[in-house]
Amino acid sequence: MGLLYGLIAVGLALIFGLMDVVNFAHGEFLMLAMYVTFFLFTFFAIDPLLSAPLAAAALFVLGAAVYLVIVRFAMRAKANVGMVQIFATFGLAIVMRGLAQLFFTADYRSVPNSWLGGKTVSVAGIYLPQPQLFGALVAIAAFGGLYLFINRTDFGRALEATREDPGAVALVGIDKNRVFALGWGLGGALVGLAGAIMATFFYIYPDVGASFALIAYVTVALGGFGSVFGAFAGGIVVGLVEATTALILPPSLKSVGIYAVYLLVVFIRPRGLFGSM
Amino acid sequence: MLSVHEVTTAYQGLVAISAVSINVEKGEIVCVAGANGAGKSTLLKSIAGAERPRSGTVTFDGKRLDGMAQHHITATGIAYVPENRRLFPRLSVRDNLRLGSYLYRGDANREGPLDLVFTLFPRLQERLEQRAETLSGGEQQMLAIGRALMTRPRLLMLDEPSQGIMPKLVDEIFQAVKRIRDAGMTVLIVEQRMAECLEIADRAYILQTGRVLMQGPAAEIRGNPDVRKAYLGL
Repeated sequence: MGLLYGLIAVGLALIFGLMDVVNFAHGEFLMLAMYVTFFLFTFFAIDPLLSAPLAAAALFVLGAAVYLVIVRFAMRAKANVGMVQIFATFGLAIVMRGLAQLFFTADYRSVPNSWLGGKTVSVAGIYLPQPQLFGALVAIAAFGGLYLFINRTDFGRALEATREDPGAVALVGIDKNRVFALGWGLGGALVGLAGAIMATFFYIYPDVGASFALIAYVTVALGGFGSVFGAFAGGIVVGLVEATTALILPPSLKSVGIYAVYLLVVFIRPRGLFGSM
Repeated sequence: MLSVHEVTTAYQGLVAISAVSINVEKGEIVCVAGANGAGKSTLLKSIAGAERPRSGTVTFDGKRLDGMAQHHITATGIAYVPENRRLFPRLSVRDNLRLGSYLYRGDANREGPLDLVFTLFPRLQERLEQRAETLSGGEQQMLAIGRALMTRPRLLMLDEPSQGIMPKLVDEIFQAVKRIRDAGMTVLIVEQRMAECLEIADRAYILQTGRVLMQGPAAEIRGNPDVRKAYLGL
């Protein structure tokens, strides 16, 4: 579970690190990815295992479009750019949630009888649910892929350069808007992957993103704002803390531990575990 | 090669340059000199697309540049090294140079200009793995010029390359500019240090409060008694 939190948070951290914009619609991106998976399963009988790349691709397009159509213009505000960005993405979140209720209804949906759903695998006598296990593998693979992409490719280097100084990349002929759109697309694709996997073991409803988004913000802050690696590590920490809390306290209080650890980190090390700011 | 025709650029209503016209011919080193606030940097920004001129035209090899996006202007063959250099501070020297050749990423010979860069500035080769922010001011300027050369420009524009650099390196950089011209490029250089700049330049313009005050061959301007008194302190 922690690795999935990490995957969601990495998408958020990538966008924030790139352009100092917090995507308040990140949870709604997740919600949409879950619905995409649900509909592909219900209407086309495509198992979430196979539709995960489709959900990632759909969310890549959505992420890039959100940047090009909304955020790009929000950043041109003459005053209070930070506020304008917050309200732009927050407004988008509300619109997405509203549209989801209108078109998908507020009913709880689920993806029953998927290949992995409800199955477990026994490792040394411990039963592990297959969807979560698979999710963990996908998360690790996605993170590895992202790492290679950023460190080994020209686009990745362009991403790093834009993160350093978006005003300077035009000097070497890079269009910063394309890089930003790519960053938003990647952030969307990562949360799209997470959504596809979570659809196999979590109910799908219009507000589902909110609780996960909150955890994602905590994860990003825990790991250190803007640090992609930190967000991923933060996700693991959050997952472990949540699981441990659930052992000690009643399951309904399992989130308490996350926020307690978060408060502790903020008090002791405000820049986060791996933050450089 | 480059023709700036009656360009006016303003910041929030404040006119920084007013109807400035300059010409740069292929193979020249042209120096634009003037005091602080004369509009030298604004002129380069208006050519590079970092500022949008309010009126006037900029033409480069027959192509209109005014109104074009900055990254497209870079792709036409103009490399611009701004005053504050704008390196990518936390990336290595190698990555900064590599980003310079971003436009040629499909090209087998993308690192072609690297030989010239290392011949001009051997120090960069010694510091390839260092982060750009750990370089001295002079080395950063060398890297900024190096990165600009990697874009394979036909016209190189330098804004105050001598700023914040120890005197010994200033001379090294001006010598490098001459060698860059000898390698077939054209250089437009903006400087407050008029004496050094006029020494390497073929022609010069003097800007004052946003207008062209004087223009002509560098030697002529150097010999002008008014210039000697007002700018060169002779």
